[in-house]
Amino acid sequence: MSQMTRRELFPGVWLRAVHTNKFKSSYLSITLLTPLDRETAGANALIPEVLRRGTAVHPNMESLSAALDELYGGAIEPVVRKKGETQCVGFVASFLDDAYVLKGEKILEPAADLLCEVLLKPCTQDGHFSPDYTASEKANLIDRIRAQINDKRTYAVQRLTQEMCRYEAYGVDKLGDEKSVSVITPASLWQRYQELLREAQVEVYYCGSADPDRVAGALNRALSGLPVNENRVDPDCEVRVTAGPEPIVVEEAMDVSQGKLALGFRTGGQTCWEEDYPALTMCNAIFGGTTLSKLFMNVREKLSLCYYASSMMEKMKGLVLVSSGIEFDKYQTAKDEILAQLEAIRRGDIEDWEMEGTRRTLIGGHLSTLDDQGRQEEFWLGQAAAGLDTTIEELVDQFENVTREQVAEAAKKLELDTVYFLKGKGV
Amino acid sequence: MEKLEFARVGETMYHEKLENGLNVFVFPKPDFQKGYAFFATNYGGMDMRFCLGGEWHDTPAGVAHYLEHKMFDTEEGNALQDLAANGASPNAFTSNDITGYYFDSTEKFEENLRILLSFVSVPWFTQESVDKERGIIGQEIGMIEDDPHWKCYMNLMKALFQHHPIRVSVAGSVESIAEITPETLYACHKAFYDPANMVLCVAGPVDPEHICDVAREILPKEAGPIAVKDYGEKEGPRAAQSYIEERMEVSAPIFQLGWKGDAQINGEDRLRQELVGGLALEVLLGNSSPLYARLYREGLINQEFGYSYESSFGCAFLAADGESKAPEAVCAAVAAEAARIGREGVDPALWERVKKGVYGNRVRGLNSFENLCVGQAQAFFAGYDFLRFADIFDAITKEEAEELIANWVTGERTALSVVRAKEET
Repeated sequence: MSQMTRRELFPGVWLRAVHTNKFKSSYLSITLLTPLDRETAGANALIPEVLRRGTAVHPNMESLSAALDELYGGAIEPVVRKKGETQCVGFVASFLDDAYVLKGEKILEPAADLLCEVLLKPCTQDGHFSPDYTASEKANLIDRIRAQINDKRTYAVQRLTQEMCRYEAYGVDKLGDEKSVSVITPASLWQRYQELLREAQVEVYYCGSADPDRVAGALNRALSGLPVNENRVDPDCEVRVTAGPEPIVVEEAMDVSQGKLALGFRTGGQTCWEEDYPALTMCNAIFGGTTLSKLFMNVREKLSLCYYASSMMEKMKGLVLVSSGIEFDKYQTAKDEILAQLEAIRRGDIEDWEMEGTRRTLIGGHLSTLDDQGRQEEFWLGQAAAGLDTTIEELVDQFENVTREQVAEAAKKLELDTVYFLKGKGV
Repeated sequence: MEKLEFARVGETMYHEKLENGLNVFVFPKPDFQKGYAFFATNYGGMDMRFCLGGEWHDTPAGVAHYLEHKMFDTEEGNALQDLAANGASPNAFTSNDITGYYFDSTEKFEENLRILLSFVSVPWFTQESVDKERGIIGQEIGMIEDDPHWKCYMNLMKALFQHHPIRVSVAGSVESIAEITPETLYACHKAFYDPANMVLCVAGPVDPEHICDVAREILPKEAGPIAVKDYGEKEGPRAAQSYIEERMEVSAPIFQLGWKGDAQINGEDRLRQELVGGLALEVLLGNSSPLYARLYREGLINQEFGYSYESSFGCAFLAADGESKAPEAVCAAVAAEAARIGREGVDPALWERVKKGVYGNRVRGLNSFENLCVGQAQAFFAGYDFLRFADIFDAITKEEAEELIANWVTGERTALSVVRAKEET
């Protein structure tokens, strides 16, 4: 069975360790949690990419790759994520668990050392980041930002949140924007890197067969180069309870053959910190969260109004976002039908199979998270950004007890805030 | 029931051959929430010519894949929806060699397993539903034919092999599937979906005996005849052609390089060759090889570069693919590096390092139930146990990899497939 502990290694530097023999690998991640901000988002996103190019000890990809081979083919990947209004930048790493090495070596300690070397001891030139690495990773990041428009489905939801949260930090993308990335220099990036190391809350995650004291010992040593700061910044998130008096409607025209309609709702203050969170989660799942949902079964399958239609929830910010692909001339019908489905939930118009099928799917999805180190890490990072300690098992218990009436109540509090429509040119 | 321990990788596998000929493999995982079941037949896209009851059949390309699409239909409706309503996520795939159906679920595992075994073993096709599917599969074929990577790969198969059916697309073509009727589907189901030609692999918090009981209850009681397959005469060592090119919508030229190998007959030799082939690629052009670093620095390859050893019954090859402004230069550089390795041998430090890396990655891959179950199904049809790699791997020598490179990476065995951007008109 697995056992979980959480402890503070240094002020504002936390370790969550899951002790289990379930897996062949041990999973390690280090994440810096910093407020999402238009000015710094691009630089924050760039930092792990540049760090991954080389360290003072292993100055290029070949030598890093060789070091990882020595550790039985370990992987260290740079990642940037957005949890509420917190930007999370760092690395996820996976190594062979000590139990399965061929010659009795210990992997955890050298793996923790290598991961922290990548974070803390970059390859430098003239006292800041290498101009070569900075320039090529800047170009890669700008390519990634530009490529966001290629996937129109994701793009439409991104534009919806941009418009909806125009005056809130949540409107900033996790990769930042092209303008702020293009002005980054090796020196400015170095300065931002120093600030991050000093100010960000740090979350370390481990899942594997080593006992928590050994993990803490390895990371204490490996992270000893982090600056000491008693006042690292706690993550925070502004929740707007209500939408404006009238929904904002934004239309854009592009050279596309399929229209995208996205609707953004405020949850009326229902968030992961509130008691009604399990009901809101069920409500979103019944509305558009699974293939049994009302949007999928009715708007897509039965009425064939959409190529796809689903909804997702932002649990900290208190948002429900609907995403759909439609024919251009179906804008009004599709929108009316999506709202009609929400109305049905508000009336408590939920069949037994919808209620129970959704509950089973939701619970199955949560429980299977326990079988996957990467998904578990993602869950706990979200909890850390929210400052919560609720476990997956506790959430599952809560889902078991949500009633139809509670789901209807949760639906009643949803307020349509913004509508985004991507249409074809000349329509 | 047979119990096999693979102590080095911490796995236990139960095996039973049922009275009807079905081979059942179970990996008990008491600490896990989810169970995974994979039910597969030893029948894939390349099994077009076969003999059943003394009679030879030549079937159109794409039947195995078409069958996969239609198997989810049941007399009562659709098995996909039944599984989804139970919180399970079902799916299926067809490869050159096998067709497999699977689901995972954290609840009602036994009920879901019954649904899986039942819909795969009981065919239900009507003229109407088969005709309707033709449009859907036709669109799927259209979509993959627009994919330059797929085109590049299929062209490589045509260049490497003279006549082996791996040259033919698993999904077939719009023309070949036009010939498929409900009768074709029933005939191929009868020829290949007999329990004696299938395996069931399960991983999860389950009791192996109980899995066998469910299979006994749902599936036919006795083994039927199994079709004999024919892939034509044995392939010679030479590539059919050394270069093949296509023009499509691509922003940069993409390439697939192949080196034709000598196929092993089924058994553990096939596993050993797969392991040696994988290691040979690592030292020749893998991520931590000197050649890779040089090609990357010179801008001849980018992060899209990948490589693999591949084999099916009757064929084996090494492949590398990527984007390059000069695919011929990459091809020549690999040939030169192979020649250098032939003269100087593989650097012993690189060999040890790469071996550790490959081993660790393979063991880490066992976290995935899908990998474990699909791996065992494929391995069983090829005549070995998937987890045997852990014992064999250690004994593989540098000389074996050097020998494979010397024998396979030669001019006459090389083929290069390139897709370039359409010329400006």
